[in-house]
Amino acid sequence: MNQNQTESKSDALISGVSPMRYRRLWRFSIIITLSVSLIPLMILAIVNYHQDQKAFHAENRYTVSQILTNTKRNLESVIKERRSALTLIVSEQSFDELCSEARLTSTLRNLKKSFGGFVDLGLINSQGNQLNYVGPYNLEGKNYKDQEWFHEVCLRGVYVSDVFMGYRNFPHFVIAVKNEKEGVADFVLRATLDMQLLNQEIHSLNLDRYSDAFLINRNNVLQTPSLHYGNVLDTADIEVPPQVRNREVIEESTESGERITFGYAHINEAPVIVIATKRLQNPFRYWLSHRSSLLWFLVISVILIVIFVFYRATWMVNRLRTSDMKRAKALHNIEYTSKMATIGRMAASVAHEINNPLAIINEKAGLLKDIAGFAPDFPIKDKTLNLADSILNSVDRCKKVTHRLLGFGRRMETRKELIDLEHLMKEVVGFLGKEAEHRNIEVQYNIPKDVPTVENDRGQLQQIFLNLVNNAFAAVPDWGKIEISIEEYNDNTIAVTVKDNGSGISKDNLKHIFEPFYSTKGEFGTGLGLSITHDLVSKLGGKIAVDSKLGEGTSFSITLPFEKTDILG
Amino acid sequence: MDSFKVLLIDDESELVETLVERLGYRGVTAKYTTSGREALRMMTDEVFDIIVLDLKMPGMSGEEVLKEMKNRNIETPVLLITGHGAPIDEMDEKIDGVADYLAKPISLEELIAKMKESIRSE
Repeated sequence: MNQNQTESKSDALISGVSPMRYRRLWRFSIIITLSVSLIPLMILAIVNYHQDQKAFHAENRYTVSQILTNTKRNLESVIKERRSALTLIVSEQSFDELCSEARLTSTLRNLKKSFGGFVDLGLINSQGNQLNYVGPYNLEGKNYKDQEWFHEVCLRGVYVSDVFMGYRNFPHFVIAVKNEKEGVADFVLRATLDMQLLNQEIHSLNLDRYSDAFLINRNNVLQTPSLHYGNVLDTADIEVPPQVRNREVIEESTESGERITFGYAHINEAPVIVIATKRLQNPFRYWLSHRSSLLWFLVISVILIVIFVFYRATWMVNRLRTSDMKRAKALHNIEYTSKMATIGRMAASVAHEINNPLAIINEKAGLLKDIAGFAPDFPIKDKTLNLADSILNSVDRCKKVTHRLLGFGRRMETRKELIDLEHLMKEVVGFLGKEAEHRNIEVQYNIPKDVPTVENDRGQLQQIFLNLVNNAFAAVPDWGKIEISIEEYNDNTIAVTVKDNGSGISKDNLKHIFEPFYSTKGEFGTGLGLSITHDLVSKLGGKIAVDSKLGEGTSFSITLPFEKTDILG
Repeated sequence: MDSFKVLLIDDESELVETLVERLGYRGVTAKYTTSGREALRMMTDEVFDIIVLDLKMPGMSGEEVLKEMKNRNIETPVLLITGHGAPIDEMDEKIDGVADYLAKPISLEELIAKMKESIRSE
């Protein structure tokens, strides 16, 4: 019993006084649940991000590689076609035929029509003199004998230049072929081609804004305009790649920290190199745009999970707190009830034991009175009778006490019976009669004569009244006043009001007054008295209300149901 | 009906002896016993107008006496004395065959009044 009491008390203390415990539990449960649900999600997202990055880089390399391959193939075929055309002309037509201006003009016209890109044609003899020229510039009679390209074409039979400005003052390149027929004097057919021819090939790739493709020569001079490295014939800030047979793709970081995929390939037909670059956009931004649906899913999931986790944790902890509180209250109730039952049983057995000798005293004193009363006068007859009466009076007082104790003991049994509320209330106040006397507390009753009886549980009503009266006694100062009124509230309820002129209860406290474990008495109160009273009143089908003004006092009213027929019965 | 014969049964001999004496002063013939078994023997030997019985007694209790009386068809009215101090309307229920109740300590006037009333209503 003792152990149970301390156990339930510490329990009540935990659930009542330590809200920190629930906050900790709440935080802990949120952290655990969030980590369990979010960490795998985040790991998945990170893995996905890295895989995506890998794929992104691979795709970049592939794109650059494709640009290079296509550009190289196209450019090579463009130059090869035109070179072959020129070779065909020098082998099919004689030097004399080509010396005719009309003939050369028609040849140029045909070349322009069939292949495009041709600007002019010139016929140069082995001494380097331009013998015949058709085209927009006046270049007839020029001597190329000392120029490097002339030596090369004489030596190798064919020459393809890089892009340059030359006399013509616009970016162009040159294809020259030498006549190599046996027994005929050497001559060279030299054609100028517009740089745009090369540029068109690159344009036809339809590159996106992150990609760039252009040509440079071996001296880093741009052969076609570039997005990032300058215009035609500017010198590009690029390390010229060494001669490789095929193409090569590498990844580099620029000075600004930008990652670029960089690829180059040498053109076989001409002294130029194709360069293709693909700048990596911010990889994270790329991922964001690329995987937006996945990202939305992630964001929404995280939001939903967080909301759910918070809601769930709050709900769970609140439930736990409520059930802890209920349990503690129930335990306290049980403890209180069993304590009261024990006290009741003890009181009853004490009263019972006292009643027996009291009955003997009563009868003996009665007999003494009888004997003296029936005897003829004797000297101390009056005094004897007075003594006997005084003993009988004392016995009567003892009887009242024992009967009250017996009534207290019996109230633990639950049973509905007809109750005279006035009688019950006066009995309850009687318990505190001595305190009222010592502290000069005035108890005033406002009870009309015709108050109907109530059919209810006597013991529990007694406990309710006792709690209310006890509270009133605790609230009033010495010389205080307590008013108790009982009245018909309406056709089927009776109101019992206990009003004191104590210090009153503040509005804030008033809101919580019926909550379990709410006490203003500090260490002296369990905070359960009014809570239990509230529960008891509800159990008996009644209601409890409180009204209080600071400095003026407090009044508790309970209303109890009754049936009109009881009065008639 | 002013004179009647009473049988008082209570284990407290001092109490019943005094009661018998006091009743004698008021013209009521009373006999007493402190044992339930003895009381039943007396009831078969003699006819009483009323029986005053203590509920709680060592040996044979008041309730057992009542039961035995019923078995033997003794229909004398019984006043029950209880040490529990409960007035009738608060008792759990009326015990069968009991005319009325009295709480200890007994008031003699009340006892006589209730005895008369019980005999009258018989």
